Amino acid sequence: MQSTTVTIIGAGQAGLAMSKCLTESSIDHVVLERSEVANSWRSERWDSLRLLTPNWLTRLPGFSYRGDDPDGYMTAAEVATFLSDYRRAIDAPVRTGTSVESVAAGPDGYVVTTDQGPIGCRSVVIATGACSTPKIPAIAADLPPHIRQLAPIHYRNSSDVEGRVLVVGASASGAQLADELARSGAEVTLAVGEHIRLPRTYRGMDIHWWMDTLGLLDDRYDEVEDLARARRLPSLQLVGTPEHRTLDLNALQESGVGVVGRLVGVDGHTAQFSGSLANHCASADLKLGRLLDEIDDHARTRGLDPEVAPADRPAATVVPTPRNTLSLDDFSTVVWATGFAPNYPWLDEHLLDRRGAIVHDGGVMSQPGMYALGLPFMRRRKSSFLDGVGPDAQDLSAHLMNHLDEHASRRR
Amino acid sequence: MSITEATAADNGVDVAHLMHAREAMTATPAAAQFTFTANNEWVRGTHSRTSVKDFFGVGAPQSHRQTYSVDTDHPEVFSSADNGPTPPEMVLIGLAGCLTAGVASVAQNRGIQLRSVKATVEGNLDLAGILGIDPEVRNGFGGIDVSYEIDADATREEIEAVVAQSQKRSTVFDVVTNPTNVTVKVV
Repeated sequence: MQSTTVTIIGAGQAGLAMSKCLTESSIDHVVLERSEVANSWRSERWDSLRLLTPNWLTRLPGFSYRGDDPDGYMTAAEVATFLSDYRRAIDAPVRTGTSVESVAAGPDGYVVTTDQGPIGCRSVVIATGACSTPKIPAIAADLPPHIRQLAPIHYRNSSDVEGRVLVVGASASGAQLADELARSGAEVTLAVGEHIRLPRTYRGMDIHWWMDTLGLLDDRYDEVEDLARARRLPSLQLVGTPEHRTLDLNALQESGVGVVGRLVGVDGHTAQFSGSLANHCASADLKLGRLLDEIDDHARTRGLDPEVAPADRPAATVVPTPRNTLSLDDFSTVVWATGFAPNYPWLDEHLLDRRGAIVHDGGVMSQPGMYALGLPFMRRRKSSFLDGVGPDAQDLSAHLMNHLDEHASRRR
Repeated sequence: MSITEATAADNGVDVAHLMHAREAMTATPAAAQFTFTANNEWVRGTHSRTSVKDFFGVGAPQSHRQTYSVDTDHPEVFSSADNGPTPPEMVLIGLAGCLTAGVASVAQNRGIQLRSVKATVEGNLDLAGILGIDPEVRNGFGGIDVSYEIDADATREEIEAVVAQSQKRSTVFDVVTNPTNVTVKVV
């Protein structure tokens, strides 16, 4: 059996960042990748997708964005290229085309069984990403058979979709797909539940610049009030475009997108939508108002007021009197932009919670020597961002080295 | 409508009046627009009192014979004073009252004499929803079960048809089973 000290599963930003940290400490390791480096970015993202964060906010351990458009937003293909460049720059020992079949206890710690054979190791880092398996609600099974159902990872561009479309979910993916489809001339209805509304820019600066400046992206998992809630917050209702445009429900309605409440049921050929749209919009507006207050306070107390533009608060969300029911006979397609589900069929059940998510404390799993990396709000608000996985990888590699030391001292 | 059968049964529902109202409101749709209003005031803790008196309908302000008040509260297991039914129980009360009024009306209209109508309404609630323990558990009832025990001059099939028609024409059944836009504002 081949052996190494650490097996990293997944060669996206998280796996590569960990590889870099381990290389710096001269720890022998391999990075297993089911397909190729940055596979999700290559094959599971739609054509027009760009990052929500500006290019300058792309700082991995030992490697940052060096292009000539720091304020722009990378396309998925550019992210894939960026990560391939990173892999080369750090000389990560990636084994592509290697799928993990199981992780079990072994003589020296763990045995990672792959379709290319088993690997013995003392520590395992799971860095398979948080956005691979769509989470589709159970009511999907109740949709009439003529409806084509699509998750964002299967969508490529507007030519994939014909006829009237119901997009379920108004986070980044749902809002962006609704926008793209409406702009291509499709008749689009967007079902909106809890969402986080943000302007692309505020007072002339990117909203992520403000969040980074205020330190909000660095909020820690062990300091946030309700961690479970923070971890399941929907993604930010944002889009990265060369025009830096704001994508909110007002903009979507101006593009012709019809807005309805959260999809709550399907009764025969009738889709039913919650009557809570007004409350969801009011909550998003209030939350946005509090963030902008915080930004204004920060600008005032730090003397930034002369340097940034005057306050340009977005108008309150226009809430239509929505339809509570729609006949699905008029629709051809439903897009489930309802988030992602954990998917670890190769992990022991006792390492997972009842929904199949990895049980961990800031990425440290219950089994000594096992770690997770790159999950939402794993150690910081930015944990699942390109810019956020680096500090997490540094923290966890330090923890991992302690584990290896203890392991070694026990064996002496 | 079968006049002979309808006159034979007396469930205390003025079906003739309902039929007359239906004709009148078909002719004058504005008369069919009703607004019901409940006024709620906090008392203390989880205890509050809700009253109904005035409403609007048939094109004019209307009133109940008197003000009806209901106190709602939480039970002692939640360390509350238990000054009345819980608000979710009020929903069950509303559903039961509405369905039974419908059973009596439909039976009357079909000439079915009722001798006794009893219903048990059960709402199953998982508190993991409202306590924020589990985001995938809804705040509302996971399901509501209604059992009718009806003694009437009719076959079981006829009674089942009455109960089915009652659901079809019930306001509260519709409110509970179908989404409704709710707008809450602070004035």
